[in-house]
Amino acid sequence: MEKSIKKYWPIFLLPTFAAFAIGFIWPFLWGIYLSFHKFITVSKTTFVGLNNYVKVFQDATFVSAFWFTASFTIVSTVLINLIAFMIALALTRGIRGTNIFRTVFFLPNLIGGIVLGYIWQILLNGILTHLGLPLLALDARNGFWGLIILMCWQQIGYMMIIYIAGLQNVPSDLLEAASIDGANSTQTLLQVKLPMVMPSITICTFLTLTNSFKLFDQNLSLTNGEPAKASQMLALNIYDTFYARSGAQWKGIGQAKAVVFFLLVVGISLVQLYFTRRKEVQQ
Amino acid sequence: MKKIVALVLAAVLCLALATACADASVYYLNFKPEQDAQWQELAKVYTEKTGVPVTVVTAASGTYETTLMSEIEKSEPPTLFQVNGPVGLANWTDYCYDLAGTELVKHLTSDAFALKSGEEVKGVAYVIETYGIIANTKLLEKAGYKAEDLNTFDKLAAAAADIQARKAELGIDGAFTSAGMDSSSDWRFKTHLANMPIYYEYQADGIGTTKAIKGTYLDNYKKIWDLYINYATCEPALLASKTGNDAVAEFVGEKGVFYQNGTWAWNDIKALGAENLTMLPIYIGVEGEENQGLCTGTENYWCVNAIADQEDIDATIAFLEWVITSEEGRKCMSQDMGFVVPFDTFTGEYASANPLVAVDAAYTAAGKTPVSWNFPTMPSENWKNMVGSALTAYAAGTGDWAGVVTAFVDGWAAEAALAE
Repeated sequence: MEKSIKKYWPIFLLPTFAAFAIGFIWPFLWGIYLSFHKFITVSKTTFVGLNNYVKVFQDATFVSAFWFTASFTIVSTVLINLIAFMIALALTRGIRGTNIFRTVFFLPNLIGGIVLGYIWQILLNGILTHLGLPLLALDARNGFWGLIILMCWQQIGYMMIIYIAGLQNVPSDLLEAASIDGANSTQTLLQVKLPMVMPSITICTFLTLTNSFKLFDQNLSLTNGEPAKASQMLALNIYDTFYARSGAQWKGIGQAKAVVFFLLVVGISLVQLYFTRRKEVQQ
Repeated sequence: MKKIVALVLAAVLCLALATACADASVYYLNFKPEQDAQWQELAKVYTEKTGVPVTVVTAASGTYETTLMSEIEKSEPPTLFQVNGPVGLANWTDYCYDLAGTELVKHLTSDAFALKSGEEVKGVAYVIETYGIIANTKLLEKAGYKAEDLNTFDKLAAAAADIQARKAELGIDGAFTSAGMDSSSDWRFKTHLANMPIYYEYQADGIGTTKAIKGTYLDNYKKIWDLYINYATCEPALLASKTGNDAVAEFVGEKGVFYQNGTWAWNDIKALGAENLTMLPIYIGVEGEENQGLCTGTENYWCVNAIADQEDIDATIAFLEWVITSEEGRKCMSQDMGFVVPFDTFTGEYASANPLVAVDAAYTAAGKTPVSWNFPTMPSENWKNMVGSALTAYAAGTGDWAGVVTAFVDGWAAEAALAE
């Protein structure tokens, strides 16, 4: 078996690697190249040096989109993980109908973001009208909380599954030992279960953090950045730069924003990985 | 096994050779999804007649620029595409073949329908459209008004206020259908309605485009917008989420009397019957506006791809010439697509059958001055979006009119500077 893997590994590796190279590495390198150029179509480009990057930081909408995205990411990461973990705890106690609950909580994850955005727009606008509050497109605060509700609804189920898997992997002898030593349920949770599910926490915070930071579909369909870009997140801002302005230079600026955006996402997730990894324990 | 491989290889080789030797072909990247079926049909007829393959691909609504951007990079790029006017041309000017001297340009009914850059003809308009305030004459008469009497802003406003006050008696929800600011409908106001103050300013200053709009007629813009939002089928605060379909449903369901839209909307509203429909010019309270006609113009220009092979360019021009001169082509464009086509070959039986077009012709015959389309000179999509946001906020009361003025005037200058 091992011998044949040694012999045939390229057959297993190459298709995936080719797909990765064509679908990711190549466009990525092109993207970096284009961020230093002015272009309408990618076959006719003019080199402009660092000009595009200078313009990125002069653009006030990019900075405000960054702060909106950052606060959204913090709130949604905390809420999603907290609620998902609590539901996972509740659903690992062996109560009746656990499987049905798990399925129900997971279901929203199967619907695409654009569709969810439009559905929630109708729902939330209905509620806001009823309460006599400004609609989603009129008030950035409503838009913000609308996005939070939408993302929680969509992501909690997925994170819950990961937490359930983590909780089920906590060795029962550890739990037994804890109860023999007289630990109450809070102590067991904090001192035994939590350290043991730390790998799940790493994964889940990583996923929610990067998902929230890169959020596009839901932002586009729920608020489309209204009112006047006040609820616009970074990804949508980049899209807007690329398509909503006339003149060749904006494509390059959009591309430069995308590179800055990539660096931000990588930086933030590396910091997060470093901190949560440190807390992981060996079984 | 080897035989099969050899056969397959041979087949591939033949195919490659066949494509290499294939004659000139036409590839049209169509902008209007409403007319996709008719273009496909026309392409088939042309291929049967001449053997020249014609491919028609239609970009999904709202994605034309994106689709064009990626299609034009391909080894078989579109040979025929379209731009929306001077601002759109700025992006694509290097890709537009000079059409001067072709039959297309010679047949244009007016030089104004050629999109020029210097002496070069970069595009030709292929459809002329008209918009205004579509009115349900049956309901108007029920309320005691005649469409032809409403020939100034003040008379229109008085009628709208009266109709709104008697809405229960008339069995309607409001005078105007909802001015939805959802993206399916907001272009009616941030683009088409915004054309009015721009048109009058250009007229007053004798210009055709500008880098800095003054906003001389923005008070008039406010007047008409106030009318739309306050005498409507719904509360102004709800407009933010109203869609284009909502307005159509209200109008066809006879819940509203006025509906701002254009000739292209005919298919949506024909259930009401041509005899019950007319179109009013959009009055905004400017001196002498009783002589104002409907807004007529185009933002659809055919451009031939200059970087395509010369034989494909020639084939594309030949195809277009066939479309505007042959019986099949003229019938298809004028009757099946319902277009008003600005070529002198479209007369008599090839005039458009659209009743809303007939309304426009009647205004012109009566000596009214059509309002030209100046919105292709708007500096960017972003400018329209910001004006749209400000209009929505003003309607809902979360913003004030000063916000609209800022977005309109300052935004224009800023966007024009950014496009440099």
